[in-house]
Amino acid sequence: MAKAPKTTSKAKATVGGKSTATATKKNIRRVQGRPPKNIVPDYPDTNTMLDLYEQMLLIRRFEEKAGQLYGMGVIGGFCHLYIGQEAIVVGMQSVSKEGDSVITSYRDHGHMLACGMTADGVMAELTGRRDGYSRGKGGSMHMFSCEKNFFGGHGIVAAQVPIGLGLAFSHQYRNTGGVSLTYFGDGAINQGQVYESFNMAALWKLPVVFIIENNQYGMGTSVSRAAAGRDLADRGKAYGIPGMQVDGMNVLAVREAGAEAMAYCRDGKGPFILEMQTYRYRGHSMSDPAKYRTREEVDAMRKQRDPIDALREILINDGVENDKIKSLDTKVKAIVSKASYFALESPEPDEAELWTDVILEGGVS
Amino acid sequence: MSVTITMPALSPTMTEGKLAKWFVKVGDDVRSGDVIAEIETDKAMMEVEALDDGKITALEVDEGEDKIAVGSTIAVLDTGEEVVSTPDDDQKSVSETPNPTPQPSAPASKPAETFVSSSYSGALSPLSVREALRDAMAEEMRRDESVFLMGEEVGEYQGAYKVSQGLLDEFGARRVVDTPITEMGFAGLGVGAAFGELRPIIEFMTFNFAMQAIDQIINSAAKTLYMSGGQMGCPIVFRGPNGAAARVAAQHSQCFASWYAHCPGLKVVAPWSAADAKGLLKAAIRDPNPVIFLENEVLYGQSFDVPDDDDWLVPIGKANIVREGTDVTITAFSIMVGKALEAAEVLAAKGISAEVIDLRSLRPLDIDTILASVKKTNRFISCEEGFPFAGIGAELSAQVSEKAFDWLDAPPLRVAGADVPMPYAANLEALALPQVDTIVQAALEVTYQKERG
Repeated sequence: MAKAPKTTSKAKATVGGKSTATATKKNIRRVQGRPPKNIVPDYPDTNTMLDLYEQMLLIRRFEEKAGQLYGMGVIGGFCHLYIGQEAIVVGMQSVSKEGDSVITSYRDHGHMLACGMTADGVMAELTGRRDGYSRGKGGSMHMFSCEKNFFGGHGIVAAQVPIGLGLAFSHQYRNTGGVSLTYFGDGAINQGQVYESFNMAALWKLPVVFIIENNQYGMGTSVSRAAAGRDLADRGKAYGIPGMQVDGMNVLAVREAGAEAMAYCRDGKGPFILEMQTYRYRGHSMSDPAKYRTREEVDAMRKQRDPIDALREILINDGVENDKIKSLDTKVKAIVSKASYFALESPEPDEAELWTDVILEGGVS
Repeated sequence: MSVTITMPALSPTMTEGKLAKWFVKVGDDVRSGDVIAEIETDKAMMEVEALDDGKITALEVDEGEDKIAVGSTIAVLDTGEEVVSTPDDDQKSVSETPNPTPQPSAPASKPAETFVSSSYSGALSPLSVREALRDAMAEEMRRDESVFLMGEEVGEYQGAYKVSQGLLDEFGARRVVDTPITEMGFAGLGVGAAFGELRPIIEFMTFNFAMQAIDQIINSAAKTLYMSGGQMGCPIVFRGPNGAAARVAAQHSQCFASWYAHCPGLKVVAPWSAADAKGLLKAAIRDPNPVIFLENEVLYGQSFDVPDDDDWLVPIGKANIVREGTDVTITAFSIMVGKALEAAEVLAAKGISAEVIDLRSLRPLDIDTILASVKKTNRFISCEEGFPFAGIGAELSAQVSEKAFDWLDAPPLRVAGADVPMPYAANLEALALPQVDTIVQAALEVTYQKERG
């Protein structure tokens, strides 16, 4: 076990015997909108935190396994791992409601697991097998689940942003009370269609939370080399969209910001932007030259800012027994191990599958 | 000196209009800049101003008179200036419209013709293509609450080409949504709305502008069903005018039929008659797949007989033989169907019997109807406005060669637009577009009555 990490959300004991990270408010900077309120951080109970921990760990272990299988040649094509960014989707989804829609880019494995899609189905899609979510026809970047309201998995940088807007339009049109959680990266933020979406979202007060996962690099180009202006959370300013910069390595800060953003949308006030400051430990995809940043930078982030280590520390300080945490580690390993066997044993799609799902029957005849 | 005031053109394709209101009467004194009349067409309205000071000496048309040809005299103004020039100049009329648009060769409004499939025996009414499209959308919106129309100027402006006229009044701003000028954004929004259980009709002001959005159409709308293993269909219609209008040059005159027809996951429709426009648009809206619906600006004002039936549907993927013949098969879609029929008339006078097939749908393609015709006529010509290279005609020629080679008495021929960006100059534009005579010449070639060009 690594020594206690130095995180910006350093654990400490507080009144009432409850432990808490240093006020998560410090990890949220409001860019515009109302001034910060003095809320006591709404700490979830221990069971909820254990659940957050388990989910983040599941994504971490799943991605490590995917990386291994890629190395073995079992997973092909592009494979973008989410390691390091787990707190974002786990924190956001933990405060979403049933019926909310989720859409993201190609770095999507974590989002699917956080939406409740099975590790078996996701891994089998990565290996291109018939039991995968897209029956082997989508792969890492293109997976969907109507049942879980997960709308992909999109391979074109920023294309999911207007689509997420359309999901919000549908929520408003059908008056479902739902919110569209539209995730994209710092690389997508410079695409024109993002601003087309900001404009229409604000114009029509659509219930969409734009979640910018700023992992500091769009492929190998750092944000400072790609994006003018200081903060990505500011990018909605011209449209009157409130933005918040959040410590995306702190799942509790993410939760709190997410809850506020979603409440804002559900109140009919329109879109909200969350810039999650995060970091991916692995390369952009599996074939990453690793020349654009130093090993020291990556190591420092892993050691000092890791979201899973930080939550584990909070749990231990909260009095959760080590055995309990270890049992979660064991449980998660078993899920991932089973998924990996499942994904290797599932057969390739039937050759007839080549010709199916191109067009739906049922038109006027 | 008398000057004539003539009917102005309000758009590149306008050929006639209505004098909605006179603001002056004979004997009135007017000053340059005074509004003297209001004219309107089915898509626009404009005030006519006097360009000289003087006295109105004649009003040549009555208030409310319709179908006044562009360029014809509507009023005469006496400027009171003495004529100092030669007598010849007295006859010279001065147009009040500084820039009258040259007339397209074909009249915009033809007498209603019946091109409704033989299976229909109910009542028919003449309707313009524009009205047919509007009725199709209105009927489907009444039928299904999840259908909505979105695009630039579809609402308060009543449609850039007045196709959506009246829809905002009936359905309100929730279902007739004016967008900013933001093609990629609202095309993507439409795709998301379709994933989210709605049935969007996305109007592009023209398909030229859809190039801004083509990533969303191809990568998001067309491919998601396949990539999701059949889970997530995208029931959406992308519609708008396609192909050349008149004198709007390269960036506004292009046929995109082969671009979209190239891609699996889409259906691509390009109707010619008003009956097909209505029946196919209703079918497109009900279709569970993304449908590219290619209209034509020049056809909007043309009238055809349309069934008086709210359930008039034309299935996607079925061609229509609009003229039977025995000597040569001519396929066409959209505006080229009219030209092909005109060519068939010319050919008939030369003793050549042409069979004209309106493809109506480009994907799926009704290749069976084409092959059956070719096996009868043994000659094949395809017509399109688009570029020849890798065009619809290239595909049809390949399929006909592959599947009916032994029946062919001549190589398949493609009649297509010139392989150049559309020029602006009237003479060059006419050269760039396939004309009736281009089709006639091709037919003479495949029947060996003329040497191959």
